Amino acid sequence: METTPQPPQGAPARSGRSRRLRGLIALPFAALILSGCTVPSFGAKKSDTTTGLSTYHLWQGFSIAAAIIGGGTLLLILYAVLRYRRKDDSIPKQSQYHIPLELLYTILPILIVIGLFATTLVVENKVVAEPKTSYVVNINAFQWGWKFSYPGTNALVVGQTTQKPTMMMPLGVDVHFNLTSSDVVHGFYVPDFNFSRYALPGVTNNFTFHAMKTGTFFGQCTQLCGLYHSLMFFQVKVVSLPEYRKWIHQFDTPAGAAAAQAAQQALEQQNATHVPYKPASTTGTGAAN
Amino acid sequence: MTDVLDTPLVQQSDAPAAHEEHHGHDEHHGPSGILNWLTTTDHKIIGMSYTITAVIMLLIGGAFAELIRAQLVSPNGHLVTFAQYNELFTMHGSVMIYLFAGPFAFGALANFVVPIQIGAPDMAFPRLNALSYWLYLSGSITMLLGFVTAGGAANFGWVGYSPLSDSINAPGAGADLWIGGLLLTGFSAIFTGVNLAATIFYLRAPGMTLFRMPIFTWNLLVTAILILLAFPVLTAGLIMLFADRHFGTHIFSVSGGGVPVLWQHIFWFWGHPEVYILALPFFGMVTEIIPVFSRKPVFGYKGMVFATLTIAALSLGVWAHHMFTTGVVLLPFFSIMSLLIAVPTGIKLFNWIGSMWRGQIWFSTAMLMSIGFVVTFLIGGLTGIYLASPPLDFFTHDTYFVVAHFHSVVMALVLGGMAGLYYWGPKMTGYMLNETLGKIQFWLLFIGTQVFTFPQYILGLQGMPRRMAVYPHDPQWQNLNLWSTLGAVMIGVSSLLFAINCITSWKKVPAGDNPWDAHTLEWFTTSPPPHHNFYRLPKIRSERPTWDYNHPEAPALAHGNGEGSHS
Repeated sequence: METTPQPPQGAPARSGRSRRLRGLIALPFAALILSGCTVPSFGAKKSDTTTGLSTYHLWQGFSIAAAIIGGGTLLLILYAVLRYRRKDDSIPKQSQYHIPLELLYTILPILIVIGLFATTLVVENKVVAEPKTSYVVNINAFQWGWKFSYPGTNALVVGQTTQKPTMMMPLGVDVHFNLTSSDVVHGFYVPDFNFSRYALPGVTNNFTFHAMKTGTFFGQCTQLCGLYHSLMFFQVKVVSLPEYRKWIHQFDTPAGAAAAQAAQQALEQQNATHVPYKPASTTGTGAAN
Repeated sequence: MTDVLDTPLVQQSDAPAAHEEHHGHDEHHGPSGILNWLTTTDHKIIGMSYTITAVIMLLIGGAFAELIRAQLVSPNGHLVTFAQYNELFTMHGSVMIYLFAGPFAFGALANFVVPIQIGAPDMAFPRLNALSYWLYLSGSITMLLGFVTAGGAANFGWVGYSPLSDSINAPGAGADLWIGGLLLTGFSAIFTGVNLAATIFYLRAPGMTLFRMPIFTWNLLVTAILILLAFPVLTAGLIMLFADRHFGTHIFSVSGGGVPVLWQHIFWFWGHPEVYILALPFFGMVTEIIPVFSRKPVFGYKGMVFATLTIAALSLGVWAHHMFTTGVVLLPFFSIMSLLIAVPTGIKLFNWIGSMWRGQIWFSTAMLMSIGFVVTFLIGGLTGIYLASPPLDFFTHDTYFVVAHFHSVVMALVLGGMAGLYYWGPKMTGYMLNETLGKIQFWLLFIGTQVFTFPQYILGLQGMPRRMAVYPHDPQWQNLNLWSTLGAVMIGVSSLLFAINCITSWKKVPAGDNPWDAHTLEWFTTSPPPHHNFYRLPKIRSERPTWDYNHPEAPALAHGNGEGSHS
């Protein structure tokens, strides 16, 4: 069944009180984002989703704080070590307390922590927000592969280890994901989206991506799940909305339906016989790349 | 009692707890040799046994680490199979955390030093102390025996997440031996916790009030209390896991109505306090060492004690920051609790710097190791702050960024432990360790640690997940992995240097009672101390009784106003 296209929606509206708080916190933060191109990346990657980008900016903010605090502390240590080398056998002044100084380095860190927590909350609310959308993908993780199904349609993708099953998602709209596992704990992780979430047996986890760029993005399991954990690959393919619809429709044709059914049967057969799938690339250089 | 204390020396031989008569040096009635070692209840011999066993575990765990790093030098490493790799990192983590770091922290040096630091003749329950050691040794052997079972050792990670650790996914006996070994070492830890707390509360020498206890003893008291709060939870969880595996219960299995995430809660409710159970004793070691080698009292003594207490209190409410990506925990609560731990930790860091400030720093190996600890711990602490923020945790969870973070922390602890061994080693054996070899060891260990962890931070940010036997999809990670392996080799060589130093320094240079002009009571007695530790005690008027005795002209100044801190 075809889903009705909807305009992309932002995060749900917030109350006035929290908006004021957000405004206050967002000020230095917004300055940071505006100057985003000049702020170094501190080793992280800019993301191709809206929430991933917010996470990236939070990363930059934390890194600036860490660089200042860490650098300053390191300089203090170096200065003390170099300046106060033993020169003679005299006994230095036996001072033990300096209350104002001690209060300073108690209160200042508390203020910094409050600042870090406030910016964390702002970004966290964006990242875990679940805006209404009609684009939904169900993800089922299993040893050692992924099954992507699209509720209300016939579309189904399933594959194991280095087969890299591909999850299609449309560009520029919120896409909602329901993630679960049928055996042990797995980790759904797309490095380019700066996001990971556990796939837990018996629990359905929800999250939303809003892709800003078309392309194919690699993903893999991050939570140890047994023998072939290292090769539990998948990929995410972001395509334009018309292309996405076309892809969904292709499962309504007899050929598409047959292909999906065949994939499902192959999986069931494998599960029934308990023969672990032996990936070709565990030996030699035949990496799927 | 007061007039006795005001005499310069207290003859302790008339105190009821002290030894009856001292016929010369270190003489007592009982068996000798191997029989003495097997039957002893002397905290010093037990402490030595703990130290040697824990260092052997460090070497075993280190050997596993070198194998892991060797496997990762190529994207399609063939050194070990996938199955062996899973066993290796599981046992590397298990040996290092359960069999080395913990027992070394609260069993080895603590056992030896704490009773002497508070002027006690032994632990409160000497026989329980011996039981702790034998449980620890048998637990360690039990866990390692997994390698000789048909299915191999445990292979589900040192955290043993359910359902990967259930009877379907981990059917072998190796998993049961892992659980059994952990139960044994867990009871060993609980008994040591009871013993330390009782010793520190009840066996302090006259004059040793709580706020005159050295920081090392303070930290061990807090550690002991944390052990008593956390370890029974792990023991309960392990029994549940065993019941699920063998008795058909369904506590952690979905099919029977159980909850797999419950294991994670139980495990981390132990596991996060455990991080501080490991760390606080090492914090205590460097807090002893830095002031001694700066010839100053510890800066902000009372702040240091309150920081330790605050860390311990907060550590009981942060466990779910290991579970941010499960999607089933309250993110803001665990985030702010975790971030707040940075505050008391920061206080400690600045107090260490304050202790060096305007001092006369003597760069002995112990001091170098302590400075290396402070720097490495600073790096590990700062990267920990990122992980307390849920969005950043979503981004880096289960990647090498996390691996690098906790290895910065635990390698800092290794540096601290080495500092402790170079500092107290002469007291335990009576002989100095070679300083030149020690300094070479320090630079290898310190630089090796940074070369080992820094590439891992970058790899994590580039998306390399942990616990990967191969990375065929991303061969560009090979260079950084090579660097990390080089760091691991440097650390390995430094460990060998330490072993060589221990052997070649044996019975070379006698230590004397107080080779460092140190502060605390253990330096008032002989090296090694006699059977019940003391022939006499100085009067205890501050946390530095030995210093006060040797330098009556230089007491600690109260609040920088030039007055003595005698109160």
